[in-house]
This record gives sequence, C-alpha cells and structure tokens, in this order.
Amino acid sequence: MNKLESNLKNLVLSLTSISFFMAALLGFVHSLTKKNIQEAELKKINNAISQVISNFNNNPFQEKIIINKDLEIYIGKKDKEITGYAVKTVSHNGFNGDIVLMVGFSPNLTINNITVIKQNETPGLGSKMSDPKFINQFVNKNPSTFILKPQKDGGDVEAITASTITTRAFCEAIKIAYDTLKNIKIKNYEN
Amino acid sequence: MKIKKEFTKGFIKENPLLILGLGMCPSLAVTTSAINGIGMGIATTFVLTMSNLLVSLLKNFIPNKVRIPSFIVIIATFVTVVDLLMKAFTPSLYEALGIFIPLIVVNCMVLGRAEAFAQKNNIILSFFDGLGMGLGFTLALFTIGSIREILGNGTFFNLQLLSSNAKTLLLFIMPPGAFITLGYLIFIINLIKEKF
Repeated sequence: MNKLESNLKNLVLSLTSISFFMAALLGFVHSLTKKNIQEAELKKINNAISQVISNFNNNPFQEKIIINKDLEIYIGKKDKEITGYAVKTVSHNGFNGDIVLMVGFSPNLTINNITVIKQNETPGLGSKMSDPKFINQFVNKNPSTFILKPQKDGGDVEAITASTITTRAFCEAIKIAYDTLKNIKIKNYEN
Repeated sequence: MKIKKEFTKGFIKENPLLILGLGMCPSLAVTTSAINGIGMGIATTFVLTMSNLLVSLLKNFIPNKVRIPSFIVIIATFVTVVDLLMKAFTPSLYEALGIFIPLIVVNCMVLGRAEAFAQKNNIILSFFDGLGMGLGFTLALFTIGSIREILGNGTFFNLQLLSSNAKTLLLFIMPPGAFITLGYLIFIINLIKEKF
C-alpha cells in the first residue's frame, strides 16, 4: 500500500483516528492502574504514620484533622487514650522544591520520630536528611526547649554538611507541625 | 542477519548516548545511582520499542505533513502508560525518577528513531532497532550511574562499599560529575570503536 497523500481529508482523518485510539488506550491503562495507585499512596501514608508514632491500636487514618492542603494531623489512640500525633507537614523552601515530612509527637509534644515522605534535594547532599544520623538528633527533643534552627542561625540543629538550605527547610517543616499542634491543643483545652 | 545487525548496532557502534549524542538531558540528570540509570533506561526502552513498532505499523496511514504530531501523540501515550504503571507497581522507583519520566516524550532519541528508522523500515526491523537502541541507552546510563554512585557515595545498588564515614568524591554526585563521567566514557568508547 502506498503512503496516504497529504490532502486535508487525509490529514484530519489520520490525526483524529490516531488521537482517538491513543486516548482509548490511555483510558484503559488508567482504569487498570487507578486502584493500585491509590493503594500505594495510602500505604505510604500509613507506613509513615506507624513509623513515627507507636503504641496505638486505632486507625489514625480515620481520625485525621485536615488543617489545610499542606497540613494533616493523624491521632494515634490506645483504648481511647491519645498516645501520639502524626503530623504531615510541608516546607516550600527546600533546595529543590517541596519537602514533605511526617513528624510524630508524643502527647506532651516531644518529637517521637520523623520520616521523609517526599523530597527532591540534591542526591548525596540534601538527600542525607533521610539518614538516621541526621534525624536522630530530633528524637525525644521538645521544640519548646530545642530551637529548630541550624547552629549557624543560632539554633540547636546540627546541619547536614553543605546543605544548610535543606536543613533550614527541614526545621521549618517541623516547626510548622509543632506550632499547629500546640495551637490546637490550647484551643481544645480552653473549650 | 539483518535483524542481528539492527539489534546490536545500538550497543557500541551507534550507541545513542555515547556515539550519537542523543538523550543527554535525562542521562545527566538521573544517573546519580546505578538503579536510577537502569530504571530510566528500561522506561525509555519500553517507550522506544513500542513507539517504533506502532510508527512502523502505521507508516502508510500517516500522511507526511502530520507525521511529527502523530509520532508525538504515539510517544506521549506510551510515556503516560509507563508513568501510570510505575506509579502503581513500583512507587519507590517512581519517587526517584519523578519528573524525568514525562520528559521521555521530548527525548530526541525516541522521536529520532521514529523519524529516521521506523517510518522507513518494516515492523520486525523497527522493533529490534528500538530494543537494541534502548538497551544500548540503558547500558550507558547504568555505567554512568555506577561510576557516579561508587565514587560519589561509596555505595553500589545501595550496598555500602566503604564505611559510611569515609570521604567520597561528592563532586561525582553533583552535575559536574555527570559531565566528567560522560566525557571519559565517550573517550573510552571511541577508543573501543577504533579497535574494531
């Protein structure tokens, strides 16, 4: 068969039919993967929650408080008693885009553990924020006495070598989580 | 015989990255570790093979004047398919490669093979051309990724080779390291090419 001639009818016809079939293929793959994608995302959040708070037997995912599109608080309870808060928090000041963290607090607002949900920092430099070596310095610290700033800025946090901007953003995200949680606790207490 | 020739030319003789110099952007950006290189390479190979196959199949139905938009629609579809599949089944790899997957659409290598090879040759040859070129690309990315990961981070496939306190050449993890590695690889591959 010879190649189709480049007249208007053929141009419109071939481009339309190609687009149509490709769209159909995409729709098919989308419907095939939709469930798995949702499950993968849910699993990620749930994993992060169980990493940062322990000792709960409810489903924190069902007891979440959505503050805004960046901040979500998941409450861990054991036999109706609050045992911890997991806060999903974002800093927009990362070296290479947003840094999303899950920060776990115990009921007295001491940091329990931190895990990185999403980051796009320089591999080998800023990406070291996921290393236990960096994260462990926050564990069991209370932000009311532990100043969440790099030592360079007069705080208590030992910055990652050559990644002060990443460290600042990391601290900022924790600070946002802590402040939000504190305000909510004060409000609840007043009520 | 011809199939074998079209399949193997992508490895060294016409390696898309090291000889033809195509697809530089993703190569330099994602090759910070061996696993990233392989992931990117396999994703590109899939897109390249499928788009070559389809372009070759449809070559007579696509009038010359709309061939580029048609190729791009076909390529973009397969890239989105890869994107969705990775998101669903390998979320951790998707995290690492993130933004570079959609960029395969504008990887000149994929369009280049559709334009230069698939629209002139039959389905079987186009399939093997795509597969060979893709695997050659994967091999090149894997090599760059391994060198950069070992020198820059002291690890290989996340396996600690040196003690975690050892000083590594951080330069290799950063963009200049990618250029240096690529430069030396092109030098070496040209030496090999001359020998044969």
